[in-house]
Amino acid sequence: MSELTPSSLAPQSVGIVRAQTARFNQSLALKSGAQLAQFDLVYETYGELNAAKSNAVLICHALSGTHHVAGKYHADDKYPGWWDNLVGPNKPLDTNKFFVIGVNNLGGCHGSTGPASINPATQQPWGSQFPVLTVEDWVTSQTLLADHLGIQQLAAVVGGSLGGMQALQWTLAYPERVRHALVIASAPNLTAQNMAFNEVARQAIITDPEFYGGDYYAHGVVPRRGLRIARMLGHITYLSDDAMGAKFGRRLKDTIKYSFDAEFEMESYLRYQGDKFAGEFDANTYLRMTRALDYYDPALAFNGNLSQALLKVTAQFLLVSFTSDWRFSPARSREIVKALLDNERSVSYAEVTAAHGHDAFLMPDAHYHAILRNYLNNISVGDRA
Amino acid sequence: MSAHNAEFRHDFAIIAGWLPFGSKVLDLGCGDGALLQYLQDSLEVRGYGVEKDDANWLACMTKGINVIQMDLESDLSDFEDQSFDTVILSQTLQAVNNTEGIVREMLRIGREVIVTFPNFGYWRHRLQSLQGQMPVSKNLPYQWYDTPNVHLCTIYDFDQFCISCNIKVKQRLVLTANQPVTFMPNLMGSLAMYRLENNPPLK
Repeated sequence: MSELTPSSLAPQSVGIVRAQTARFNQSLALKSGAQLAQFDLVYETYGELNAAKSNAVLICHALSGTHHVAGKYHADDKYPGWWDNLVGPNKPLDTNKFFVIGVNNLGGCHGSTGPASINPATQQPWGSQFPVLTVEDWVTSQTLLADHLGIQQLAAVVGGSLGGMQALQWTLAYPERVRHALVIASAPNLTAQNMAFNEVARQAIITDPEFYGGDYYAHGVVPRRGLRIARMLGHITYLSDDAMGAKFGRRLKDTIKYSFDAEFEMESYLRYQGDKFAGEFDANTYLRMTRALDYYDPALAFNGNLSQALLKVTAQFLLVSFTSDWRFSPARSREIVKALLDNERSVSYAEVTAAHGHDAFLMPDAHYHAILRNYLNNISVGDRA
Repeated sequence: MSAHNAEFRHDFAIIAGWLPFGSKVLDLGCGDGALLQYLQDSLEVRGYGVEKDDANWLACMTKGINVIQMDLESDLSDFEDQSFDTVILSQTLQAVNNTEGIVREMLRIGREVIVTFPNFGYWRHRLQSLQGQMPVSKNLPYQWYDTPNVHLCTIYDFDQFCISCNIKVKQRLVLTANQPVTFMPNLMGSLAMYRLENNPPLK
């Protein structure tokens, strides 16, 4: 969720990519009971779909991710896609072997239908009227994208954090449509503490005077201050105490000035990240992404019994957690592992020693990438009879 | 392809002989996964490994073995009671801290338990001790300063442990140079192999 450095792996880049849009002129029934009469999903693909259409891998993004997973739109783009260190020719998720799909989730703000889109019924931006979405809704919409691409069964679904929840949900709701799930730095639901961070983030947005109940588009403003604070809070939770200490410590930009300006480097970092995010992300999308995180709880319908919830799962699983990740701690991944073991499903679980906290799942740590590379290498994509 | 082809492991073959075809097996401290791969290839066991070390974990996963990275000392409570046919601790007993706790956990998780360990009472080890050296051998390949082994024991010691813990020894086999040893096993045996079960609770 932090910034990636400009890719130093240019020879292994997927190169120049372009986003595509799939339009769905069909009603999508959402878990909330609301319906979307039609919607767009914007997506990118890397690599070639094989003749048997058996080598497709879907990457599900987290809170602030997009469909732009790898490559650049223009050679002089400052940054490549958000998981460029993973996806490309001869990279751990090898585009010589796999056909990789990145999709912007419904309700997003990067091209898929979302709160800033025009509501066909009113010809105004959806704003507050855009429905609250769930992980289940996203996965349903992603199956329609797979249909659109002619893919009956994915070789794998890969996701970190909220993306991991989507990967898990694929195996629950569409067991026949996914062979492998790579669930990274994720959880079977959020703890109260984790949801509490989301609530503070939402309150920062909702109480911003320029939020206007979610209909700020009509006023020509955006709730920048709220979104900025929400993102600053998020960044604190994505890093470990040690990682923040190593990155900033108590270093001052200059000297103590007995003011409330950004005197410490940590403050500059948070303000920079907050400002940058507030200038490019939609507050209504942020509200909905955090709410989808809060609501996801596949065990709820089974009296909290995750093992029963995972009974219908047939996919093979790789779970990875990171030792310093306190927002999606290893213990939470192990709950999923236990439920899979209870059902005697195929599962491997790695607990990677990493200092970066939750952000570690986006870092090119050698052992972590070896895990993903070797697991993905073992996935068979042979043309099946 | 794999290490066990290069050198035939008699202890693996004996363990395989103790397992029914297709049984559900948990291998604790499974190392690079050679045993589980052997058991999957020869018996089609439904196997899971537990391994803490990163390099070993990666070797297992790369072989296509289901492997869970966790600490034997603290994390076995994730496994349900009697959820495996057999739980194996292959040449790892000597490297665990909470020996009794782990053996009890194994008996809780598995209907049967297999434990193998290097016999510290083997005459070569005793001879080295008499010579004033810490024993180093094929089954105990470490120097005193780099050994992971914290709880070395003899066959006699382990028998006493089973009696005091009310654990039933279903079968015991002792090997030296891959050959069974029946004469003075605690002196002549290099590797000890046990099949354990829970005794019925004492009335």
